[in-house]
Amino acid sequence: MRLPYGRGDGRPEFAFGIGFGGGYSIVSVKRRAPFEAGSGPGILTRMVYVHNLTKRYGNLTAVENLSFQLERGDVLGFLGPNGAGKTTTMRIITGYMPPTKGTVHIEGVDIFDEPLQAKRVIGYLPENPPLYNDMTVMEYLTFVADIKQVRRKEKKSRIIYVMEKCGISEVRRRIIGHLSKGYRQRVGIAQALVNNPSVLILDEPTIGLDPRQIIEIRELIKSLSGERTVILSTHILPEVTMICSKVIIINHGKIVLEESLQKLSEDMSNAESIIMRTRQNGEGVIEKVLALGGISNVKPGVAGEYIIVPKKGAEVREDIARIAVEDDWGLLELRPVTNTLEEVFLKVISSEEN
Amino acid sequence: MGAFYPVLKRELRSYFASPLAYIILVVFQIISARFFFLYLQGFLQFQLDPSYQLQTGDLNLNNLVILPYFGTISIVLLLIVPLITMRLVADEKKNYTAELLFTSPIRIRTIVFGKFIAALILLIMMLLLSSVNVFVLIVHGNPDFGAVFAGYVGLFLLGASFLSIGIFASSLTDNQLIAAVISFGILLLLWLVGALSDAESTILGYLSVINHYEDFGKGIIDLKDVVYYISLIFLGLFLTYSALESERWR
Repeated sequence: MRLPYGRGDGRPEFAFGIGFGGGYSIVSVKRRAPFEAGSGPGILTRMVYVHNLTKRYGNLTAVENLSFQLERGDVLGFLGPNGAGKTTTMRIITGYMPPTKGTVHIEGVDIFDEPLQAKRVIGYLPENPPLYNDMTVMEYLTFVADIKQVRRKEKKSRIIYVMEKCGISEVRRRIIGHLSKGYRQRVGIAQALVNNPSVLILDEPTIGLDPRQIIEIRELIKSLSGERTVILSTHILPEVTMICSKVIIINHGKIVLEESLQKLSEDMSNAESIIMRTRQNGEGVIEKVLALGGISNVKPGVAGEYIIVPKKGAEVREDIARIAVEDDWGLLELRPVTNTLEEVFLKVISSEEN
Repeated sequence: MGAFYPVLKRELRSYFASPLAYIILVVFQIISARFFFLYLQGFLQFQLDPSYQLQTGDLNLNNLVILPYFGTISIVLLLIVPLITMRLVADEKKNYTAELLFTSPIRIRTIVFGKFIAALILLIMMLLLSSVNVFVLIVHGNPDFGAVFAGYVGLFLLGASFLSIGIFASSLTDNQLIAAVISFGILLLLWLVGALSDAESTILGYLSVINHYEDFGKGIIDLKDVVYYISLIFLGLFLTYSALESERWR
């Protein structure tokens, strides 16, 4: 590199050239990187922008080329079998660990270039609630508010608010180490909320709670969404149907399904088969149903059940009902087979595995 | 540095919420006071000894009581500091609270520094307690005050370097006991490495943590000794920082 005031005697010029050139190029690459990586303005407007995330532990690839985006108000259900890379992904998004490759932007801020700014708006409940067992609930939440840099004026009201919201006001003077699992989990959730985060990341929030508490926490998460963006990992699939607006299923570190819940439930209720249950295992039922036309297959199931597969687009339920009454089969039930999220989940995971 | 004070406060609270800090203070005071009494007793008996009158020079309160007393304190510190520092980082890992700290808008160095200062405050309390014994001498005798002061500066620096090494050991594991054993091992090694030579003659002698202490006991605050201890403190804290930082990359 030749600088205008280089004297041609080599060494000083050389040394200066390296220092200047190297420094400059690093800075410029760093600034440009996010805009190259994504599709332009998306990064700045999305609440959570995850691009090409890859994490390797030695030879093991925990997460591979994971990309997704979330808007304000999205509630993402993050599903996957154990060891699929859910926790790793969440740890990267929260800035706990850096990825091997890829970028994460929270409200347009890169979590690794400007961690202090990005982490301010995140609330995170890890798999195991990060609790200090020797502190009281109140002391603990005050400490969390302090390190999350909640403004002094808002601190007290914020702590009282989250304790109220999570139902732990009555234990606020108890030592955390003496609390039951359910209360500990709720203190963990309160901790994630104390800085009024706009991005809330919850790693299995309802684990270890009793059924009544699970319902309470679900209601809580539902009431927290809206202005916030929530990422929620869970094993309990009905939970996703109840809370989330969007679902991502990952397996072996890769996204195998990404869908809005609305679309997903439309797909799921697009039933292909019909289940009929009768009191009597009447003779010739199969033949008679087949004779109706528009039906491609009838299989007998257990306890007087028949699984009827109509031809594409054919509406046969009325005909079946009529013939069942006319022939006095003792019709008990006639319903379309709806896929549950469980079935979708298993289908997606197993098709991936084959 | 916004989060420094909360981290410091939490650590101090944690020390004094459990019996640990009190036990450490009491045990430290009992051991050091017992030895102080022994040295003082020895000194008083020695004074009655007729041969004492024939001796000249160095047989004074400083050399016969205060100097060995400080030596005892330094050994007790070697034993007690691993107990003070063992939980500082290891516990954060064990309780998963490291995940809270590292996802909060605070810097790792702030966390490390907050923990170090908390342990340092406990050390200062120990040294203040032990100074009660010396204070008795100052009231009832006439020791060289300068040497006492220099000795305490030395003990403070020595203890602080022990603490920073202890924190480093604690950052290597999530098990308190292992942390204590590692830090005791490192400290003992640093102590013994120069047992055969002094600070000037060999590299090992220079590295020895105790060789640099000798001058302080004699009332000399030598810049090169101060630099040695301060470097050791920063090295320990830097290694702690690096251990925590590199753990995230694994």
